[in-house]
Parts: sequence; C-alpha cells; structure tokens
Amino acid sequence: MMLRRLVLAASLAAGLAANVAIPVSAQAETMKFAYQGAVNQLDPYSLNESFSLSMLANVYEGLVRRNAQLELEPALAERWEILSPTHWRFYLRKGVKFHNGNEFNADDVVFSAARVRSKGSDLGKRIDESARIEVVDPYTVDFLLDAPNPILHAEWETWFIMDKEWTEANNAVAVTSASDTTVNFAGLNANGTGPFRITSHESGVRTVFEPYAGWWDVALHNLTRVEFTPIASDATRVAALLSGELDLVYPVPVQDIKRVNETAGTRALIGPELRTVYLGMDQRRSELLFSSVKGKNPFQDVRVRKALYQAIDIEAIRAKVMRGMSTPTALLISPYLFGRASEIERFAYDPAAAKALLTEAGYPDGFELVMDCPNDRYVNDEAICQAVAQMLTKVGVKTTVNAMPKAKYFARILPSGGFETSFFLLGWTPGSLDSWNVLENLTSCRDDAGKGGAFNIGGYCNPASDALVKEIMAENDPVRRDELIFRAFALQHQDVAHIPLHQQGLAWGVSDRMVVAQRADDTLLFRYITKN
Amino acid sequence: MIGFAFRRLLQAGAVMFVVALISFSLFRHVGDPVNQMVGVETSTEQREALREQLGLNDPMPLQFVRFLGNAARFDFGTSYQFRQPVADLFAKRIPATLELAFTSALLALAVGVPMGVYAGLRRETVLARLFLSLSLVGISLPTFFLGMLLIYIFAVSLQWLPSFGRGDVVDLGGWWTTGFLTVSGLKALVLPAITLALYQMTLIMRLVRAEILEVVRADFIRFARARGLPDRLVYFRHALKNTLVPVVTITGLQLGSIIAFATITETVFQWPGMGLLFLQAVQNVDIPIMAAYLMLTGLLFVTINFIVDILYFLIDPRLRASA
Repeated sequence: MMLRRLVLAASLAAGLAANVAIPVSAQAETMKFAYQGAVNQLDPYSLNESFSLSMLANVYEGLVRRNAQLELEPALAERWEILSPTHWRFYLRKGVKFHNGNEFNADDVVFSAARVRSKGSDLGKRIDESARIEVVDPYTVDFLLDAPNPILHAEWETWFIMDKEWTEANNAVAVTSASDTTVNFAGLNANGTGPFRITSHESGVRTVFEPYAGWWDVALHNLTRVEFTPIASDATRVAALLSGELDLVYPVPVQDIKRVNETAGTRALIGPELRTVYLGMDQRRSELLFSSVKGKNPFQDVRVRKALYQAIDIEAIRAKVMRGMSTPTALLISPYLFGRASEIERFAYDPAAAKALLTEAGYPDGFELVMDCPNDRYVNDEAICQAVAQMLTKVGVKTTVNAMPKAKYFARILPSGGFETSFFLLGWTPGSLDSWNVLENLTSCRDDAGKGGAFNIGGYCNPASDALVKEIMAENDPVRRDELIFRAFALQHQDVAHIPLHQQGLAWGVSDRMVVAQRADDTLLFRYITKN
Repeated sequence: MIGFAFRRLLQAGAVMFVVALISFSLFRHVGDPVNQMVGVETSTEQREALREQLGLNDPMPLQFVRFLGNAARFDFGTSYQFRQPVADLFAKRIPATLELAFTSALLALAVGVPMGVYAGLRRETVLARLFLSLSLVGISLPTFFLGMLLIYIFAVSLQWLPSFGRGDVVDLGGWWTTGFLTVSGLKALVLPAITLALYQMTLIMRLVRAEILEVVRADFIRFARARGLPDRLVYFRHALKNTLVPVVTITGLQLGSIIAFATITETVFQWPGMGLLFLQAVQNVDIPIMAAYLMLTGLLFVTINFIVDILYFLIDPRLRASA
C-alpha cells in the first residue's frame, strides 16, 4: 500500500512537472533478470509448474489475482457473490481487451473453463469437475457446484482466461498434452489481458516482455521492457548480477547471500517461503524396505516416530545448514497460510528423551535405516539429510543417506514408483494456499496404489483425521473451518504423523536500482517493480 | 577402394547400433519422465495414461526397435519439456555451438602451433619452460573452474566482457544466427572460446613441440643444414611442414570432441547451444533430446573417423597394398 501511494505521488509529481513544460524523460527502463529454470512453453494449461505459471501471470490474468501480500483481489471479475454455498456469481470487468484487441466477456470464461478441464490439460483441478458454468449475461457468469467449496477461487490466480476467438482461429483449442507430437500455436504464442505482452520467446534461451498499453488497471511499474534469460549455473547467475549485467536474479544460493550484500550496488532480498520441508516415515508396510528391523515396522510405533523427531536439532540445521535462512515449523503448513499455526509447538530437541523412547519401544540399541533424499530439488536438501542422519545416528538409529537427483528420486517415492522408501525428505507448497490441500494430499489415508492421499508417501492413516478433513472441505464458516483445521493438525502432531522441519527461505539478488515486491510464493510480478 | 570403404561403412553402422543400444539402456536409469512432464496434482490414473501414450509401458525390445526405426529416419520426436520437435530445437541451437567450436579450434591452432614451434626449437629458454609449465596448468585445470575464474576476473571485477549468453545475434536467412556480426556477440564469444580452447591449445602445443624435436633430428633437416639453407627456411619450410601431418589429424578429431563436449563450457556461460540443451534434458529426463544428442554425437565421431580412414587410405600406399 505504502509503495502504491509513493508511486502515485511520484507519478503525480511527474504529471505536474510535465505541465510546466519540463520534458520528463520517459526513461526507457529495461529490466533484465535470470532464474534457474526456463519458461519451456507458453500454453497456460499444459504444465502445472509454478515458475512458468508465475511468468505467465504477467501476461495472462484470472478472474481473481493475488497482490504482493498474496491476498486475493478482483482481476477480470470486478466482484463476486456467493448466492448459496453451491452457487457463485462472478461479475466480469467491462472494457477489458486482450493483447490482440479482442473484447473480453463471458464467452471467454466459459471457453477457458472448458479448455482447462479438457483432456491434456494439467490444471484440470483448478475448477471442480462437477462445476457447471452458466452465462447470465455477457458480463455475469454463474458457477454451480455439486457440493460447497469455500475455496473455489483460491487457485484462480493461475487459471488464466484465454481469448476464445484467438484460440479457435489458431487451432489451439486442444491443449498440447505432454505426449503430443504436434506443436500447438498457444504453446509458442501468448494472448492475455495482463500488463505485459510477450514480444519474443525462444524456449530455454530468452523471453522478452513489453508493457501492454491497453491494460485495464493503472500501471504502477515503470518498465518499458523485460528480458528474461534462464541461467542454470548458480555461480554464473550470481556473477551476472554482481557484474551489473542483470538487475535481478533468483534464487541466490544461501552461501552467496553475504557476497551479494557486500558488493556495492547489489543486495539480497530474503524472506520466508511458503514451502514446508518435512521428513516422512513409512508407516504402512508391515516391514520396512530399507532397515535392519525384520518382521515388524518400527515406524508403526508412535514412540519411535517421536524419538526420531526429538533427536533432530532443528536449530543446528537452521544455523549451520541453512545459514539462518529457514523458519523451523511444527506443522506441514506455513504460518502465513494458517493463522493458528503458532499454537502448536515443535517437540523439544532432546536426545536423552529420544534414547529413552527408543528403549521403551524395544530398540535400546537402535536400528539401521536408509534415508532417501533428493539432491537438486530444495535448498540444501542433501545437506539437511546428512545432518539429520548424523543426529539420528547419535541416538542409535544408524542412518545412511541415499541422495539422488530429483528425476530419479520422485520416480522412486511417488505412487508410480510404488512408494519405494522407508524414510524420506519432501517439500510441499499448497497450490491453493490453503490447509485443506495439505491435509488431503499429504495426510489422508491411502491404499497401495495411491488412491486417497496420493502424496501421503509414508501412508499415515488415522480415520479421525480423515473425518476432520472431510468436514473442512464442506465448512463455509471461516472461524469454524480454522478450528477444524487446527484440530486436524493437532491430532497429527500428537500422532507424529510426519517430522516437519522448516519453511525454507527465499533469496533474490537485486540491483540497488530496483524496487521489488517479493512474494512468499517466489512469484515475480513485473507490475510491482520500479527501476530507478 | 570400394571394398575398403564398404567394410568401414559396415563398421560405422555397427558402432552406431552400439551407441543406440547404450543410450537406450541409459534412459531406463535416468528417472521417470512422466514426473517431469506433469504437475504434482496430476492423478495416478492420468500419469498411467500418459505413460501408455508415450509407449513407456511396452516391452523393452519393442521400445528399442521403435527407437531404432525413428532414429534411422532422424525422427527424434517431440521434446517432453518444450513440446516442440527435437529437430527444430537442434536447428536453433546448432549455430551457437558450431560458432563457438570453430572459434575455439582456430584459437587453439593459432596460439598452440607457434607456442609449440618455439618451445621445440628453443627448448632451453625460459619462455619455452614457461610455456611448458603453463600447458600443464591448461591440461589439468577443469573447464568449469577456468570458466568461473575468467568470469570473476573479466566480467565481475573488470567488467570488460559479459558473463553469460551470446549477445545480440543476427539472423541470416532464417536458418542460421550469428554472433560474429555484432560487437556484443563478439564480446560474448571471448570467454567461452578461451575456456573451451585452452585444453586443445595445450594439447596442440605439446604435440607440435614433440614433433619438432623429432623432426629436427631427422636426416633431411641435417642435410638441409649441411647444404647451408638459412634456419628460417629449414625450420618453417621443411621442419614445420613435416610436423603438421599428425597435428592436422589430431585437430580434426579434436574438433569433434569440441563440438560434442562443449556441454560444460556452455553451461557455465549459459551459451545457448546444443550442449546446454543436452544437460538440461538430462536433468529433466527429456529422453527425445538426450537420444537425439547422443545419436548425433555418435554420428559425428563415426563420420569424422570414416573420413580420416578414407584419407589415410588415399595418402598411405601401404594401406592400399594390404587392402
């Protein structure tokens, strides 16, 4: 808000200056930035991957959007009403034009709703499968649901509205699915309503954005051009910032933060990220796949799970491995996303208690265990695993780390790999920014094929918790809903269903000329950027 | 001659088959491509359907035969990450890699040969010893380290040269992009070219030096000297010429490896060539790109070897007699 006011004041001042005929340099401000990954293709429905979608969020818009503090605000829908728990009405903004000049109206919403749920789309879950969409008039759309869903629009910032005429005229109605062999026009071109247009896109090499003069909202940025280059090598990315070639790079590896801050002209922007990193234990199999204990599964005993929890010195991980760039957590969700998160505290680090619990559970000498770990997915993932393994070994659970690239790692531990792990590290950000997503995906009971909580890799199962999750889904009252969420998390905390570790930190490197809003979901929105 | 060429061609075919077999079996171990192709919320059923569509559930021999059939027609399908035909992606990336490779090869020759000649002829001088120890550094320094070193000196500290990318490129006729015609393109070429060239440079230098040492002892040099020819003529007309045959052969073969193994240099400098494309493909289990890259690299080496074999056959009468 402060920023907005400042910028408004500045532009007012500029306007006054212009009136007294002093030529205001409409300075061409080009922002050049780099990220570790690439924008692989531009079809907004073909891959549910946060970075590509965050880039497209500068070009396309949804009915709603989120501001720099992640709060929902109206975008292509001016306002909305919940007529009944299963009946939502959205009033569309009038006079909005796509980059090609086409008018935006209810037809585009209906078309986009059909396309996002069509075969080949990877974002089908953005709208309930059963939802029916009815056009009331060209600027009013109704969503009719089978069951109440209080968070219907929570993920609609990345359900981008596409132009029906443009998509049809270019034969791009079918979403390029992952297995298609034809090239889709929408995969190489973009036509949204957002503040920026893509003027050139070379997959994996460079993407150029320019502001869209016909944008419906007031532009607060002062950029005239944005150039994005993917730079995979950490050292090169940081070097390109330090040398002044780039204005912004992210992520900055934790070990380089000091250097970026100490170099004149650049600084590191750091903040907590929404992703929660946690450890999971196989509680489903009757015998662990990778341990020395035969004939039974030690993780089915809550005392063993708690022993492992209390054996981990989370402060040491924060200080040494993460160099202060993490926030220890007791829950699988960030305190930013669940207001009552702070009411539950981590079990204290206490190796003696851990040993006692292990003895009590019948493992006075501990046991051997293999820990699976990715080495290119989360901030310092392998180092975290190494540290945890040493801590566990100290209380008698001799842990060996089996670290591998994410491609191999996920092939093993996800349902397609048959949940092949006994002890693992995983990170999760709820796409809807809501607790239900976490509870459903990571903690609901599942069968061996993954039906149920598909990412509940450890197979934790408590019917009482599942019942709460169902209730949460149907509860429309926010206070009552938070109470149910709190009870579910508290129950899982007592069960030691998982060992939550921390929310990792975000680190962006920026030039001192930049004023940037850093969103906790690692999204870079050009509309909040000014360059001096 | 025909028989010789035919036998060599058969051998080349066998090599390509083995390359295909090895690369195919490698793909089984790089991870599950489906996980990289869809988001986390995609259901197990949808993932299974995708696996079916991609033919990942077919029996191994069938998958291999299909892979061979497509490879033989240079059809490598569509990249999993980019959803674009691999052939198109390669066509866009090849100019960057070839420009870098040729610049590096030229640089290596232009610097390596004179240094080698000098070190061979004046091997007792301080400069020659310096060259020799420098070449040791060049051979043992890992490419990525050298690249980072150059970036920190010339891009970060001195800010003379860019640390990444290719600069501005000029499109020539729609099928080739060149960085040779713009200032930023030329500046961007300097650091990666040096990084890639250093190893070859030291290799060529040591080779030329060894050859010179060999040749100056040869009878025809002694006779030339005895005949009273000036040193300049002896060294540069007679000695150098005779050392160049193996140098040219090695350079030709090394050109292949410069093109094929520019991956590290391209990654350090975010040089948008084929090597970078390949490395990213490995990280993302983009099998079509990996397959195409490995097959093309195999083909490149097989072709170079084939040409060299044929050239030897034409040059060396002894081979002809035995054939």
